[in-house]
Amino acid sequence: MPQSDVTREREGSPWTGLWAVVAKEMADHLTSVRMLILEVLILLTATGTVYAATQNIRNTGNDKFIFLKLFTTSQDPIPAFVGFLGFLVPLTAIALAFDAVNGEFNQRTLSRVLAQPIYRDALLFGKFLAGLFTLALVLTTIWLLIIGLGILRLGIPPSGEEVARGLWFLLLTIFYGGIWLALAMVFSIVFRQPATAALASIAVWLFFTVFWGIISDLLAQTIHPIRIGLPEEQLAQMQLALALTRISPNTLYLEAIIATLNPTIRSLGFVLPMQLQGALLGAPLPLGQSLMLSWPNLTGLVAATILLFALGYVLFQRQEVRA
Amino acid sequence: MSAEVILETKNLTKLYGDFVAVDGLNLTVRRGEVFGLLGPNGAGKTTTILMLMGLTEPTDGEVRVLDLDPVRQPLSVKARVGYLPERVGFYDNLTARENLTYIARLNGLKRQEAHERVAETLAQIGLEHAADRRVGTFSRGMRQRLGVADVLIKRPQLIIMDEPTQGLDPEAAREFLDIIRRLKETGITILLSSHLLYQVQAVCDRVGLFHRGQMVLEGTVPELARQVLGGAYRIRLEAHGDDLSAVLREIPGVLAVHHDAPAIYDLEAESDLRAEAAAAVVRAGGRLFSLNIEESSLDEVYAHYFQQYQREQEEVEHAAV
Repeated sequence: MPQSDVTREREGSPWTGLWAVVAKEMADHLTSVRMLILEVLILLTATGTVYAATQNIRNTGNDKFIFLKLFTTSQDPIPAFVGFLGFLVPLTAIALAFDAVNGEFNQRTLSRVLAQPIYRDALLFGKFLAGLFTLALVLTTIWLLIIGLGILRLGIPPSGEEVARGLWFLLLTIFYGGIWLALAMVFSIVFRQPATAALASIAVWLFFTVFWGIISDLLAQTIHPIRIGLPEEQLAQMQLALALTRISPNTLYLEAIIATLNPTIRSLGFVLPMQLQGALLGAPLPLGQSLMLSWPNLTGLVAATILLFALGYVLFQRQEVRA
Repeated sequence: MSAEVILETKNLTKLYGDFVAVDGLNLTVRRGEVFGLLGPNGAGKTTTILMLMGLTEPTDGEVRVLDLDPVRQPLSVKARVGYLPERVGFYDNLTARENLTYIARLNGLKRQEAHERVAETLAQIGLEHAADRRVGTFSRGMRQRLGVADVLIKRPQLIIMDEPTQGLDPEAAREFLDIIRRLKETGITILLSSHLLYQVQAVCDRVGLFHRGQMVLEGTVPELARQVLGGAYRIRLEAHGDDLSAVLREIPGVLAVHHDAPAIYDLEAESDLRAEAAAAVVRAGGRLFSLNIEESSLDEVYAHYFQQYQREQEEVEHAAV
């Protein structure tokens, strides 16, 4: 009997039950104390930084992209909102996913849920989507709040381009959260203790924020040492160091939002003086060009998310159900 | 025994690395019966159940559940078969109703339908008073009953329960056995695993004894008793007088007589020979004080089997030396 072809095929869609999982997980997230704490934290940051930024903008005054400044202007001693997002987003994403799978194990609910007519795919992807939607919901709310606050404090409405750039910034931020969500989920599959998974996720984030910059400099120095002191040598070393730092999602994200929120940024790498010939310094790039500039960063963020999710997917499929 | 076969395994085998968890299992369960899987911890009961549900893939052999293949058609199997895992867990921060509604939604019920089904099952299992309490506040017995409600949501044809009465206090266990009997009356087939023999005997039509991944004994409790204990009827009589062993042994149908305590005789017989034994005692001039037939309990079968097994093991070891 030619059975080998038939046995490989599973009946039904792997996404059966997906939306039931998403709905339940989102309800859990939105009512959990954990999320409430983070929401309050983000809200405080947003109002604090935006208040300081509007103060600063009112004094210094005249810019074509005043609304974008809301996100990026800092007023000593308060850093800019985007600076805060760099660590609040990973923190929130990790908090949403670090007990996604091991929590089910520990509550002994996994076998009960998987005994229902759904595939494991639906459970894992449903949990991921629920996390991403929750993150998107929180970030969008805060984004709207900031814009609203800006209109009140500055007394002018944002231009179409500012809104477009702001939305792009929102999208980048959500996908930046996606990476940490997927990472925390992988750890929640690998480690049986939620605390271990949370700690491991935070360790990875800390590694990329604090140590990766130092390490990529050191690596660049060893791989492309400066022997004679030629400019070519220096350039090669700097370019390698920059390429290495871009492995860090933090760098990818910060570069992308700088390019998006600051239209005068024309390049995310090094620009040699001869490349600047004929350029109008200080003139803003059109929206399309700025998006092009941050496009590779966005694809990088999305690709990393997909890779991490795929890793978690493979690990989860191979895991035994019995505790 | 002509009822439709509802669950069948042929030569079912599961290896974890080198460890043989289930070794060439042949199991048949028919519609409407309650089948008990017995065996010590680690005998492969849970692994077998996971394979029946399609939650673990068999290394070798065949499984048919409701004429479906759990490996190829896991969704159809899981839509028709209810599974109550060992020490079932719930989302403690959700209420009983919310927990069940989630399961109903996973089974593809629409919102309105799900609410109705949940209310109905909660009433069926006698938990409607606690429907809106968080499951975290539930007692062990209530959780186990909620577990049954959870399984009934999908209106299963077959329910598989893994150690359902473990950790329950006697009262809760008794209630739980009642629930099983009620389910049986509605025509649902039940496969349960347990090592609490008294309870298995109380509800199961047939039992299978599992040992080292193999089904070593299978049948009704009296059948097993005949296989393992030899005589199926054990008669205990208390009679004073001279030693009556010889007299009793002469009754046709008596296989053995044990006279371990003064005035107490234990007979192993092929049939119920109480009347004959009484007559023999009186004829021999003995004074009969009591006469009882002991139904062989699963406990005895179990203990006997493992004693025998151990003796054989030791003999094999001696032979090897």
